Amino acid sequence: MPGRGKGEEGRALLEVKGLRVAVAGNEILKGVDLAIRDGEVHAMMGPNGSGKSTLAQVLAGHPAYTVLAGSAQYEGKDLLDMKPEERARAGVFLAFQYPVEIRGITNSYFLRSALNALRRERGEPELDPIDFLQFLEQKLKAIGWDDSMMNRPVNEGFSGGEKKRNEILQLAVLEPRLAILDETDSGLDIDALKTVAETVNRLRNPDRAFLIVTHYQRLLNYITPDVVHVLADGRIVKSGGPELAQELEARGYDWLRDGVMVS
Amino acid sequence: MTSIEAHVQQPYKYGFVTDIESEVVPPGLNEDVIRLISAKKGEPEWMLEWRLKAYRNWLKMSEPHWPNVKYGPIDYQAISYYAAPKQRPKLDSLDQVDPKLVETFEKLGIPIEEQKRLSGVAVDAVFDSVSVATTFQAELAKYGVIFCPISQAIREHADLVQKYLGTVVPHNDNFFAALNSAVFTDGSFVYVPKGVRCPLELSTYFRINASSTGQFERTLIIADEGSHVSYLEGCSAPMRDEHQLHAAVVELVALERATIKYSTIQNWYPGDEEGKGGIYNFVTKRGKCAGANSKISWTQVETGSAITWKYPGCILQGDNSIGEFYSVAVTSHRQQADTGTKMIHLGKNTRSTIVSKGISAGRGQNTYRGLVKIMKGAGGARNYSQCDSMLIGDKCGAHTFPYIDVRNSTAIMEHEASTSKIGEDQIFYLRQRGLSSEDAVSMIVNGFCKEVFKELPMEFAVEATRLLGISLEGSVG
Repeated sequence: MPGRGKGEEGRALLEVKGLRVAVAGNEILKGVDLAIRDGEVHAMMGPNGSGKSTLAQVLAGHPAYTVLAGSAQYEGKDLLDMKPEERARAGVFLAFQYPVEIRGITNSYFLRSALNALRRERGEPELDPIDFLQFLEQKLKAIGWDDSMMNRPVNEGFSGGEKKRNEILQLAVLEPRLAILDETDSGLDIDALKTVAETVNRLRNPDRAFLIVTHYQRLLNYITPDVVHVLADGRIVKSGGPELAQELEARGYDWLRDGVMVS
Repeated sequence: MTSIEAHVQQPYKYGFVTDIESEVVPPGLNEDVIRLISAKKGEPEWMLEWRLKAYRNWLKMSEPHWPNVKYGPIDYQAISYYAAPKQRPKLDSLDQVDPKLVETFEKLGIPIEEQKRLSGVAVDAVFDSVSVATTFQAELAKYGVIFCPISQAIREHADLVQKYLGTVVPHNDNFFAALNSAVFTDGSFVYVPKGVRCPLELSTYFRINASSTGQFERTLIIADEGSHVSYLEGCSAPMRDEHQLHAAVVELVALERATIKYSTIQNWYPGDEEGKGGIYNFVTKRGKCAGANSKISWTQVETGSAITWKYPGCILQGDNSIGEFYSVAVTSHRQQADTGTKMIHLGKNTRSTIVSKGISAGRGQNTYRGLVKIMKGAGGARNYSQCDSMLIGDKCGAHTFPYIDVRNSTAIMEHEASTSKIGEDQIFYLRQRGLSSEDAVSMIVNGFCKEVFKELPMEFAVEATRLLGISLEGSVG
């Protein structure tokens, strides 16, 4: 029973059915079903190599992944038929596990370009640099961050933790409807982890859903998910409430892998 | 990387031909042709002698084949060395320039009509072998600044030309410089007097129009003590199936405390996808920081030409003088570039900075070749070099040949180099934030070139950014 959400009624924001995905000829996802409703926070857990990041990447439209079968509806539209930028403009955001560096382009210029691409899509006027700075100031204030990263080139020379924080900063500015966090907690020390978690909690609202992909339970000490899924060998083998995460922390993943498929 | 390389470049934007009646001398090169060119320019005897001396040297020289480029043999007897649009007999003012020429330059974004001129920029417009218009000459004269076609300078400012011509690039410097010295037709001459800061940007636009011709322009810029000048150069040519030769020479002389900033946007026709046609751009550019505390700064954005062979350099003779070289070179389709700089440190505490950005796409081959030479007397000299290459796709190439020759142990040298590849992951990252793939590539490339673009005068920076977008359009899918 995937996607046990708060409100069972109404159409899901994201509905994935029987999704099978291959990369470089290897089938990684072998039939994933998932439904996320507005405002819900789902955690996708599982051992290494289970296909968690593949799910995140394929939902965002990475060209290296081939969809073999299945569907993904987002806001009732065929998500898999949309280009990556169309998905982004429709409100799908991926916080990358390995954010890339863009030399010579400041974070501020990059974010403004991205925001304006989204605003164009929504028929809103583009922000000039001055308007953008004001907008940014508000957003930073809301999450309690300063602007020290804004004038540095995108991710260039950033520590691992700074790169992850930068992803969350972009999330805060771009205000997506569906935010996918791909192992945002990996490589973070405990203080950075708390900061990121607090920010995510502040950004939670009834119009924004989260899919948090993580290997460890520790991020979920600070962000309480509505639903926890366990992905193993390309399939969701168990879904449950926040208590499932605790159980995984205590027992590991092996009992799920070896045992009967429970769902 | 299947989607990268999926597209091809958009057509060359400046490839049109102006239908104008031209006077073209028959192909071939001999002393009579040189006498004819000299006569057409109304040159004094000393100039003709200098040309003939260069020609006789050239006959004994052979074409250099050390650059990392490949091309078939050039038949120097098949080229016409002089082509000029037929003009009405007398030109008293710019308003009498043939409307077809006015229209041509307007199409190229270089308005030469009085009322449409670019503000803040004086332009010398060169069409094939002749300068057809030079704007703001009178205004500049008020400051004592001479800005005119070099053929006019040879007639009217012979003392200055005779004093400096060939002092930086001698007539026998290399094969193409010798050829240029023998047959050069037009180009610009600039003299900025002592202590004057030139009030306008000076600019020359070179247009090749006639077929089967070569363009051999020569530019000479002299900045007298304590003066300052910024000069911009642009160029383009029609699309033709044959290769055309462009062999220019540029000489810069900066006297004590003078500064010359020389910027180029090179957009000669690059040839088609298969490498058919395109300009052979074999150019010698060199500046001499003759006086103490002088400075010469080269900035180039090379997007055009089938083959580029050029090494704008600085001879840092004056103590504390500064040489700079900022370059972006793009090779796409089957373009080949072998470009870089030479920094020759002679004076004490001389400093040089080299920032080179090579971008290769399609089957383009891009070579950085640079020489930094610190001579015995150059105590305390410093050089910083940075060579970055970016590859788009997997059929192109980037090569780096930095030569360093240090003969004084007090010199400080730094060299950094990097090679990166625009990858699917970088583009995907930007697309995931809502940018189209074209905008993503443009952002990545512009970021890569930023250190060079910021050296360009504002009008050119915008043009360069746009041009780069066009030359790489479609090379990433």
